[in-house]
Parts: sequence; C-alpha cells; structure tokens
Amino acid sequence: MTNGNAAPGANGFAGSTQILASARIHQYKKKSQVKTIWLRLKKNRLAMFGLVVFMIMMGVVLSADLYMSYEDQAISQNLSQRFRPPSEEHLLGTDQFGRDLLARVVYGGRISLFVGLATICVSLTAGSVIGASAAYYGGKTDNILMRIMDVFLAVPNMLMAITLVAALGTSIFNLILAMGISQTPRMSRIVRSSVLSIIGQDYIEAARACGTSDARIIFRHILPNAMGPILVQVTQTVARSVITIASLSFIGLGISEPTPEWGSMLSEAKGQLRYHPFLAVAPGVAIVMSVMSLTLLGDGLRDAMDPRLKN
Amino acid sequence: MNSPLIETKNLKKYFHTARGPLHAVDDIDVAINKGETLGMVGESGCGKSTFGRLLLRLIEPTGGKVLFKGENILEYGQKKMKDLRKEMQIIFQDPFSSLNPRMTVSEIIAEPIRVAGMIRKENDLLERVFELMSIVGLAERFVNTYPHELDGGRRQRIGVARALALNPEFIVCDEPVSALDVSIQAQILNLMMDLQASMGLTYLFITHDLSVVKHISDNIAVMYLGQCVELAPTDDLFENPAHPYTKALLASIPVPSLKHRKKLDVIQGEVTSPINPKPGCRFAPRCPRTMPECLDSVPGLKEISPGHFVSCVLFR
Amino acid sequence: MTEKLLEIRDLHVMYRTDDDNIFALNGVNLSVEKGKTIGLVGETGAGKTTTALSIMRLLPDKVGIIRQGEIFLEGRNLRDLSEADMRLLRGNNVSMIFQDPMTSLNPTHTVGEQIGEVVKLHYPELRSDAVEAKVDEMMEMVGIPAERKTEYPHQFSGGMKQRIVIAIALACNPKLLLADEPTTALDVTIQAQVLKMMNELKEKFNTSMILITHDLGVVAQICDWVGIMYAGEVIEHGTVEDIFEGERHHPYTIGLFGSIPDMTKKTERLNPIEGLMPDPSSVPPGCRFSERCPHRMDICSTDSPEVIIRGTHQIKCHLFSEPREGVCLAEEKLVKGAAS
Repeated sequence: MTNGNAAPGANGFAGSTQILASARIHQYKKKSQVKTIWLRLKKNRLAMFGLVVFMIMMGVVLSADLYMSYEDQAISQNLSQRFRPPSEEHLLGTDQFGRDLLARVVYGGRISLFVGLATICVSLTAGSVIGASAAYYGGKTDNILMRIMDVFLAVPNMLMAITLVAALGTSIFNLILAMGISQTPRMSRIVRSSVLSIIGQDYIEAARACGTSDARIIFRHILPNAMGPILVQVTQTVARSVITIASLSFIGLGISEPTPEWGSMLSEAKGQLRYHPFLAVAPGVAIVMSVMSLTLLGDGLRDAMDPRLKN
Repeated sequence: MNSPLIETKNLKKYFHTARGPLHAVDDIDVAINKGETLGMVGESGCGKSTFGRLLLRLIEPTGGKVLFKGENILEYGQKKMKDLRKEMQIIFQDPFSSLNPRMTVSEIIAEPIRVAGMIRKENDLLERVFELMSIVGLAERFVNTYPHELDGGRRQRIGVARALALNPEFIVCDEPVSALDVSIQAQILNLMMDLQASMGLTYLFITHDLSVVKHISDNIAVMYLGQCVELAPTDDLFENPAHPYTKALLASIPVPSLKHRKKLDVIQGEVTSPINPKPGCRFAPRCPRTMPECLDSVPGLKEISPGHFVSCVLFR
Repeated sequence: MTEKLLEIRDLHVMYRTDDDNIFALNGVNLSVEKGKTIGLVGETGAGKTTTALSIMRLLPDKVGIIRQGEIFLEGRNLRDLSEADMRLLRGNNVSMIFQDPMTSLNPTHTVGEQIGEVVKLHYPELRSDAVEAKVDEMMEMVGIPAERKTEYPHQFSGGMKQRIVIAIALACNPKLLLADEPTTALDVTIQAQVLKMMNELKEKFNTSMILITHDLGVVAQICDWVGIMYAGEVIEHGTVEDIFEGERHHPYTIGLFGSIPDMTKKTERLNPIEGLMPDPSSVPPGCRFSERCPHRMDICSTDSPEVIIRGTHQIKCHLFSEPREGVCLAEEKLVKGAAS
C-alpha cells in the first residue's frame, strides 16, 4: 500500500494544474452511500424477503385496473354466485354478496396503501417540524412543544383516531387527518431525539464556527444524518397505519361499504365465520403480509444504515 | 512591542445548574501575540475547552472581554461576527464526530468557503480544495471519500484543512492530537508547526498532555477549576514551576526513561466541585502548602519574573 | 530463574466479520514470570487487547477465533479447558480490568455488591459476614472508605471508579492481572495515584501483571519487562533496561521513541514513523513493518524475520540476523540511527 500522506506541497504530476479541477475531481469515484446501504441490505435475507413481498403487493395493487374491473368484480353484487369456492373465474372464491374475493382484497389494499402513505406524509411533516424545532431551539420551545405532544400521547392511539373521526365524520380525508394527528406525537419524539443526538456532534459546532446559518445547518448537516432512524420509523408507522385503518373500519368508523377494505371485510366475515371462515382468512392474511413485510424491511433498513448497532 | 492578536480580560463563564452556578471559567486574563502559540493545560473540569469556545463565541461569555486586534468582539453584531469567523477557526479533538459523515472530504473542506461566499466559481473552489488537501498532506485520491473510510490521522488532517480554508489568523486547537496514536500524533504536530511557520498562524493549543504542549507552545497557561494559576514561557514553566499545582502536575507525569524513574509524587484527593465554589484558592484542599490565608481570597496573577505569572499566596 | 506463570506460544487469532477476515494476531509469543509486570506496548490495531481477551478466552463468540497456538497458565493449556472450567479461573486465577471506568461498573448495583459478587462466586462456602469483611478489606486497600460500599457507581469520580474496578479484580487474589490501558482515561494526577496504588498492591500480593498501554512513560515507571507489538506480532521483547537503555532496537521501537515529545530535552521536530499500520485483513509475506521501515532491505519483503535472542533481549528483525559475509553492517547503521 502506498504512503497516502503526500508531503505538504507535492501534489501529483506536474501538469495537473493545467487540467481543470472540476474535471480532475471526477477521476475519483464517489462511493455512493445509498449503494453501500443497499449492498448491506441485500445480505439480510429476512429484509429482502420483506422487500420482495411488499414490492409484489404494491405491484399487484397498483396495477389492479389493468386486469380487473372495480365495478364488476369488487362492487356489484351477484347473488347467484354467493359463497363460491375458489375457481378459475374467482381465484379466491366469492363472498356473501357474490363479489370476487380476490378483487376486493386487491382493491382493499389500494385503500390501505393510499391512506397509509397519506397519513405518514401528514405525521412526518408535522412531526419533523415540531421535533426538529424542539431539538434545535431547546429550552422553553422544547418544553412547550413536547408537553403538548405529551398531552396527545396520553390518549391511546386508537381512541384518538376514533374520537377525531367520530367528531369530523368518516370521509377518507378525515380519516387521514385523524390518523395523521394521532401518529404525530410519536414521530416528533423520534425526530427530536434523532436531531438531538446530531446536534451534540462536533461537526455542527464546526459549521457554526464558520458562520453557517441555522437553515443551512438544519438542511445540510442535521437532516441528512437524521434521516436514517426516521426512515426506519416511517416503515413501522405505515405498518401500524394498516392495522389502524383496518381496526377503524372493523368497528365501522373507517371506510364505509361497499368500498372494499380489509378491516371492514373482516367485520363482515365475522358473521360468516361458522360456515365460511375463508372470508376472514383472505383479508386477514393480506393484513399480516403487509405488516410483516414492512416490519422486516424496516428492521433490515435500520441494520443496514448503522451496522455498528448490530455488532 | 506589538499589541497581542487576541487577549481576554476578566473572561467568565458560569453555567446554571440546579445546585447553583457552575464556575466553568473564572476571571481569565491572557494574551497571545501574533505567530505565537499559547498552550493551555489542565485536567478535566479545569475549563480549558470552554475557554477556547468562549474566544470564538461558540459559547457566550457571562462576563469580561475578548479583544481581537484590539476590539471587543463580544459587542459585535451578527454581521460583524460572521465576517470575524473568517479570521478565527477551531480544530476539534475527536476525528470521528468532527466531520459530517454524509459529506465527502472535498465537500467538508469546501463548506466554510461556500458559506462565507469567498470563492463563487465552482472550479476555483475545487482548486482551493485541492490546494488545501496538498497543504495538509492528504493525497488527491481521497477527494471523494467519506470520513468513515479513513483513519484517525487522515480525518484530523481534514479537520486542519477545514480550519485553514478561510485563511484564518487564529486557530483554537482543542486537544487535536489526543485521540490519535503516538506516531500519528507526531505527524500531525509536525504539520501544525510547519503551517504555523509558513502561514504565520497564531494558536491556542489546549491539551492535557504536558509533553505535547512543551513541544509546540511558546507560553503555557496552567488551569485549575476555571482559574489560571500560572502563566509562563514554556521553558521557564518546566524549569521553574512556581505554583504547587504546576509542580504536582509535572511530578505526576511518567517519563519514558529509567533515569527519571522516581517514586511517583502523588497529590492526594480529588478535584473539588466547580459549583458554588468557596472563596479562596480552589487548589487549597489538596495543596501540600496550604495556609489559612489561602481560604480567604486568591491573589490575581503576579509577575515573579519576566513573563512568568503566578496566582498563589506563596508569592505575594 | 523465576518460573513462568503464563506462556503464550505462536498465537494466531482471527476476527471473522461480514465483510472481511481480520488477522489480529499473527504468531504472538509472550511469557510472564511470577510476580513480574510486563508492559505490552503498541498502537491501535497492534493486537494488545486481542491478546488479553484470548488469555481470558473472552473473544466475541463466533467472531473471534483462535486459529492456532497455545496459552499455558501455570502449566495448564487454557485452550483445552471447557467454558465451565474457564469461568472458575476468571476472577480467581486471572482477572482483567478494562480501559473505561465509566462503563466497567453496573450502574444498578452498589459497589459493595459488585465486589462481593466476585467473592461469593469463587468462595461460595463463605458466610455473608466473611464476604462483607472481605469487601471492606478490599475497599480500604484501594483507598476508599468502607462506609461507601453502599453507594452506586455514579456517585464516584472516574479515578475512584477505576479503584473499585481494581478492587473487584484483586478481590480473589488472582495470580495474573490483565490491565487494559487502566489509566488512559484518567487525568494525569489521578493516574499517578492509581499507578502508585497498583504498584503497592502488586507488591503486597505478588501478582503478575500484563499492563497494556501505549504510554512508554507508564511502562518505564512500573514495568519489569516490555513487549512491543506491531501488526499482531511481538516484534521486540526484553527487560525494561533492555528497552530503555539498550542500544539495539527494532526500527519500530526507535520510531515510537522518536514520536514522543521528550519532556527532558528540547527537540525541534519530532521524528514520526511515515505511513500507517498495514491493513489487518491481508497478511503479505515478509516483515509487516517493512513498508514503513527506513532501513528496509530486499529480504524484508519476502521472508518473515526470525527472532534474534541476545540474553533477555529479543528482536524480530532481519537487521539483526547473522549476515552472510562478516561484519553486520546493519547493526552499525542502526546504532548510528539511534544516536542521531
């Protein structure tokens, strides 16, 4: 291995100053950090399993319209075809109203995914702003913001969502809002602790020693480093959202009939459990698969981002 | 005799704790001339790191003045402070936490220049980055590497390059070699001394390692629990230590030589608390030569020989 | 000739990680005599801590592997013992203290409980008042009033925590103490106190000690023997007189001494060793120091050097092996280098 410490002054070949610096810098490959994380993730079999399953589910759900018809299969009732077992025409059979079960599961997934992602947008934005401000400004600001969050945290998640939906009404928009608000306190705490641990680092002080503005410190130094733990939390929150939506729909406060949704499907299947248990199994498995794949992916991401934690 | 580049007058920093004010830095008067190095030594809790940051206003002082080129920088507004930052920089102790793990070497070194807006053209900026890397002895090929791919010595060189980026006149070096292996320490120390000679830099060199500070400093300030107990030119301090704490400190250091194998002279006890300190000398509880007057008040720094100041009742 | 308490022969240790295999020890030979202290000196990555952990058989499970070599403690080959037998030895025959006093003590138990735990473990037949008496005795011995045994670790300063750690380590009067940079994290005045105390205890109990450190000053103060490690090997070994007053040294040792700012002399520039320690994931043939060695010869890149023995002083370097023709030019070169 050659000596990497060039003596002060000497700098490679004599003609180097002729070549533009901006060209020279590209000779040296930048090892992409995203790629490094991806390579580490690939080694984790469980995480890859989770990723693959989730990708497949996403794919199936998003492309549903290409091979299925929403109206015909998921919504319109066909009472002559009730409780049919799995067949060529209906891969998972039909439900008590003759609707194709597979179609309902797939379209139900769309709702879950859409609401899950929308909710995380709300809670991530609100949580980040609150958590980062609390961490960065500290003192009274921190105290006030976090105590407000504590108030929200004191109320159980589901109860908060239920109350808000009951108060605001059961539209999808309200559902997203309610769930977003109930998730925000936890997200703000995660962001806050993540930001706090970074603020303690010397490189933030170095940035201040150069006269860097607060905004630049937050966006250039803090956020890129805080993203890791936050990203992991995002996957876990989406997973939890799926369960929350299902739970809300199960008790009738979420998505209303006839829109298919896993929770409401479970609720309906409740009544048919004795003779047609499969009607519950299908949406149930869908819930389990989506939550499990997201959780495995999240764990894998956390290990891949900071392998020292694992060792 | 030129006036000093940077000096402090009665500089204080007290922190609020539940049990009372913590006297981290208490009434410090020191001056550093241009091109010289003031070494600041002391053990944990003596306030040397806090002092370094006070000079740069990374921590706001509770009282006193910091005079840079004769002007009290504590009165500067935001804009003037930002301009001042170009002239005063800091090198940190920990080569791991002092560099942003998500930025490459060139991005880290370029960052101060970008923030200050000193060089706008991208190509010129990169030229400057290459130049700085060369000055600190970092091979070109590291320009796009991330800090975690490099060892402690190279990371510390990045820290030095970053500190030099804005062409400062004064650099606070907060234990810059303490976290490095002995042979790498020597490389970095040599580098810093060469840079000082070639660029006319002025250093405040904070360390707990007396052998290192002897090597690089022109003058040394000995700190104990927030107070400066002795201030002297380097050779004078080692040959004629006056304050009992300085003597005890020098006697505690194990020297790598059998000729100097001695019965380790040991001070008893532990450092007392800096919270709500009693009046009088803070070293008195551990001093082998305590007298009743020591508990009443501390005399300020008195000159006992040219350039050699001591704050001790024994030298009244 | 005093007996050997510990003997390590040709120890090779590897760490197997996801990315790479790290060859931490590449043929370590070391011995410790009864009642003597050996300073194990080297920089980060030299293998000092790995050596200590190997003796204790505390290498991380599945990751740290002893590939070959023997470790004899009082004649018993430690590699042959079962885990249950090793547990009987740890704390009783051989103890270890670690660098960071802040994390060495359990914050949820009082210090008296932690010292007592070790005693109860190895002497289960002792009644509780006998155990308490022993705890009191150990605390007084390390200079902490026995009344404080009901306090928790956070109520003590760094130096005092390290004393408690030493009390735990010596509670069962082990024959061998492994001290991994025990004073590095402490202030220099506290270090002096702790070193003095360790010296006294060592003499009182006639404990042998392996003191791992990078500080040659500490070695000069309290060690009888010195082993200098580089890249997983012991490249120089001898009495403390051989190392500090001898004229012949391994080039790395000369480099180490040259890197330290000398308190007693005025030096203009330090003489650091160029370059860095080699990558431990590959073990090329030849001497591992050759790349950085100012005296390197052709043979150094191909053949691993033999250990040359002159009395108590052993050096692993080609410069000291018998030359093929007459005068050992290399020695003249080296002696000159040391004087300049």
